[in-house]
Amino acid sequence: MSATTAPTADSASAPVRRGAHPLRDSWTMLRRTLLQMVRYKSLTLMLIGQPLIFLFLFVHVFGATMGAGLPGGGGRADYLVFILPAIMIITVASIALNTAYMIALDMEKGIVDRFRTMAIAPSAVLTGRVFGAVILTVLAQVVVLAVAVLFGYRSDGSILAWLGVTGLVLLMTLALTWFTVALGLSAPNAETASNTPMPLLFLPFLSSGFVPADSLPTTIRWFAEYQPCTSVINTLRAWTSGATAGTDAWLAFGWCALITALCFLWSRRLYAKVRAH
Amino acid sequence: MTATTSTPPCEPAIQVAGLGKSFDHNTVLRSIDLTVPPGTVYALLGPNGAGKTTVVRILTTLITADTGTATVLGHDVGRDPGGVRRDIGVTGQFSAVDELLTGRENLRLMADLHHLPRERGGARAQELLERFDLVAAGDRGAQTYSGGMKRRLDLAMTLVGSPELIFLDEPTTGLDPRSRRELWNIVRELVDEGVTVFLTTQYLDEADELADRVGVLDDGGLVAEGTSTELKGRLPGGRIEVAYDDPGELAAAAGSIEEATAHEERLTLSVPHDGSLSSLRRLMGRLDDDAVTGLEVHTPDLDDVFLALTGHAARKAEPAPATPASPAPARGAHASTGNEAAR
Repeated sequence: MSATTAPTADSASAPVRRGAHPLRDSWTMLRRTLLQMVRYKSLTLMLIGQPLIFLFLFVHVFGATMGAGLPGGGGRADYLVFILPAIMIITVASIALNTAYMIALDMEKGIVDRFRTMAIAPSAVLTGRVFGAVILTVLAQVVVLAVAVLFGYRSDGSILAWLGVTGLVLLMTLALTWFTVALGLSAPNAETASNTPMPLLFLPFLSSGFVPADSLPTTIRWFAEYQPCTSVINTLRAWTSGATAGTDAWLAFGWCALITALCFLWSRRLYAKVRAH
Repeated sequence: MTATTSTPPCEPAIQVAGLGKSFDHNTVLRSIDLTVPPGTVYALLGPNGAGKTTVVRILTTLITADTGTATVLGHDVGRDPGGVRRDIGVTGQFSAVDELLTGRENLRLMADLHHLPRERGGARAQELLERFDLVAAGDRGAQTYSGGMKRRLDLAMTLVGSPELIFLDEPTTGLDPRSRRELWNIVRELVDEGVTVFLTTQYLDEADELADRVGVLDDGGLVAEGTSTELKGRLPGGRIEVAYDDPGELAAAAGSIEEATAHEERLTLSVPHDGSLSSLRRLMGRLDDDAVTGLEVHTPDLDDVFLALTGHAARKAEPAPATPASPAPARGAHASTGNEAAR
């Protein structure tokens, strides 16, 4: 389609024409997102700091008791190893939540209408936000890990296992962020958009993230066993502690890939559909 | 008033035929036809809810029409939205600036999206900041801007890509009188440069000031179209407003002049007037010198036209718009009918 500017008749569904450069436009939009993060420092720092509060609370404050409750017993250091995957997911989720809010704010402010009347790749506005969220998430995860190491965290995982961890966290970030993009696009206003995805923050609590799944009450255990968070957490936990994850790994990657694909398509559809002001 | 003298050699900038749109069984537009020659200003005038924004949203490819065809700069809006988007600029009703970025960064963002080379983008941003009097505020966050500054930045962002045709949806709604006049001047400059402007407004004076042609939209249909002079010509004549300070004198005058209507609340007598000197002289002969405190000859304005065409006032249920500090030259003859006439 880029070789010649052949005047195709049915171009409504294929807006990639002379003017649109999806990569270049996404890059422009990504820079916009990053610039906003720099400008809105308090929010950015809050997003990075939030998982640290969880880390401090659960490891430093409750850690000794929680660790003693682990199968076979243990201490604060054991509990830190146990909950680190859940903290990583909370990090992803809280940044994704913010993405929903920012997207809804864009829609509310009319700037998206401006973008939509310009000859730019339609998905660029969304991908710019998503990649911005990915970059912020990576940054926040590095901070979380650094603080965990300060708290005495040591990993038995190999380099290869950590590469796998990185890959899974990135894919999960894409999955959760595209999901919140869709929520942000379908929210009637920014306030709703910041509230609707709230339950995402609780998903790690209703999984094997903070306590072993078999210690949960029956109904919650049933939910925990089948929800995506559990397989992701189990996989991350296995890999970071030098074990193998087995089917959990396939399930985790499968879930994340499926959610990413569905929510990407859903978001694109929502974006193309115009709200009547 | 400038461009209607000869038929333009090129195709119209906007050509709309039979345009219709409904939202959930609610008909918003019913068969709109209009043509905008290049280099002219077209104003779509109508009250809130008349369908003005829907027309703009269809023409700017934000939504699709249910019926009819629309061609913008030679591109069909339904079949070739990409072609339309390349050549137009849109300033919507809602502020479309990124408030977290500075004015300059907003302009640079637009330049990048128009794929201007880096240096040219920077130069274009500077040029527009200068032109829109935003240099001093250029490196400040846009959230600190006043309403008028945001509007100017909004319009500057629209112009980054040097569009041939710009859409302005209620460009001065909510602006103070000074900002409003500044924006009018900017629009006039653009037209001098050859840009075609399609604007919507609920203010009759704005259409009168700026537009070569005015389309009056009411309840989803165009009820009239023409130059503002043509539209005013559709009314038989104006009226003479005679002001009193004593209700008794007013009632007496109303009784003696049969075609007159008394407006007790503002102490004026309204007498239909065909515009001739003789009828004015005749009326003056019948007025009591001592009782009359003021007299105004009121030529029909778009307000009257709107009222006559639609049976209701254009500004119904709207808070009084900010009237320009200095009256517009074309309208200096009459004061806005209210309290002023009573003085």
